[in-house]
Amino acid sequence: MIAIDHLCNSLGTTPLLWLVVTLAAYTAGNMLQRACGGVTFADPVLIAITIVAAIVVLTRTDYTVYFTATQFINFLLGPATVVLAIPLARSARLVKENLAGVGLALLVGSVTSTISGIGLVWLFGGSRTVALSMAPKAATTPIAAAVSSQIGGIPALTAALAIVGGIVAAVVGRTMLTRLNVNDWRAHGLAAGVAGSGIAAAQVAERNELGAAFAALGIGLNGVMVAIVVPLVAQLWRS
Amino acid sequence: MIPALLVLLVCELAGNALHQMLGLPVPGPVISMSILAAVLAFRKGGASSGSPITGSLEQTAETLIRHMGLLFVPAGVGLIAEIGVLRSEWLPIAAGLIGSTLLSLAVTGLVMHWSIGRRAARRSSDTVQGLQRGGSSRTIANDCN
Repeated sequence: MIAIDHLCNSLGTTPLLWLVVTLAAYTAGNMLQRACGGVTFADPVLIAITIVAAIVVLTRTDYTVYFTATQFINFLLGPATVVLAIPLARSARLVKENLAGVGLALLVGSVTSTISGIGLVWLFGGSRTVALSMAPKAATTPIAAAVSSQIGGIPALTAALAIVGGIVAAVVGRTMLTRLNVNDWRAHGLAAGVAGSGIAAAQVAERNELGAAFAALGIGLNGVMVAIVVPLVAQLWRS
Repeated sequence: MIPALLVLLVCELAGNALHQMLGLPVPGPVISMSILAAVLAFRKGGASSGSPITGSLEQTAETLIRHMGLLFVPAGVGLIAEIGVLRSEWLPIAAGLIGSTLLSLAVTGLVMHWSIGRRAARRSSDTVQGLQRGGSSRTIANDCN
């Protein structure tokens, strides 16, 4: 027992152990989702976060120790955000063809998401920090978290909200839009990309190619829009 | 892979530099993404010209985007420090999350649909049949090339 404790202690101080735990949890999350028939709410990232968080808490590891060890993974979020330029550039032609529609829908959708997010949190008695964490959550997770930390939100909360919001949009999106008589793949794709980013977009992408292109467009453009609109709103709200 | 990573990191560096020098409220990686997207979109031959760097970029993009979820895990685990907030503010969090997601989904879809409808009144329309009945038809719009 003492030998195991000693082993854990010496391994726990190197990044290797926590990198292995994180990768293993993510793999387990993917396997679990596949085992559940690929349902959206068995999200591999949420599963991985739960597993790792449980291990960190149970082993009484300080979060900063875990985060320092897995800094390399976190570092890759930067390049992973930049790389979103590629699907965005691929669908740039679609913007030119639908300039007014895409521009207007994006602007209105993005502002609605920000204002209603802040407003609802405030209405139900939430704190300013939670409202600021809610505001950028419709953007794709790395952008949402970056904006959140910049305006004084909690990036970890925003990341979780972005994922759960994506699941909500993926689960009810198609039914709701069809009820509203929206029956065009371009509108479905754009709405999924703007409101639910990657997770909702994947739902559209597996059904229709044009919808997938508009979803990619929605994710990329909404990332930029949120990064502009949310800090502005946060600044106005302060004064 | 390496040329692609180099391009990405140079873009990220440029974006961060601009962010700091100009004091822009937009996060660095978002500026970097916009720069790279603009370069790719306006370059001769469009986004998918066959240069080796473009090919390598596309491959790297696919890998990074497919496994982007993994990259959120370290930050997401930070939620354990926020359990208190989650417990005391679960209602505003749930209401804000569900409410704003549904609202923005509906508004974006409706505005886009309305604007397409207006254009389609002038041109031939290309709605998707089968969507309304909930079928997973693979009918692809016809006049969008």
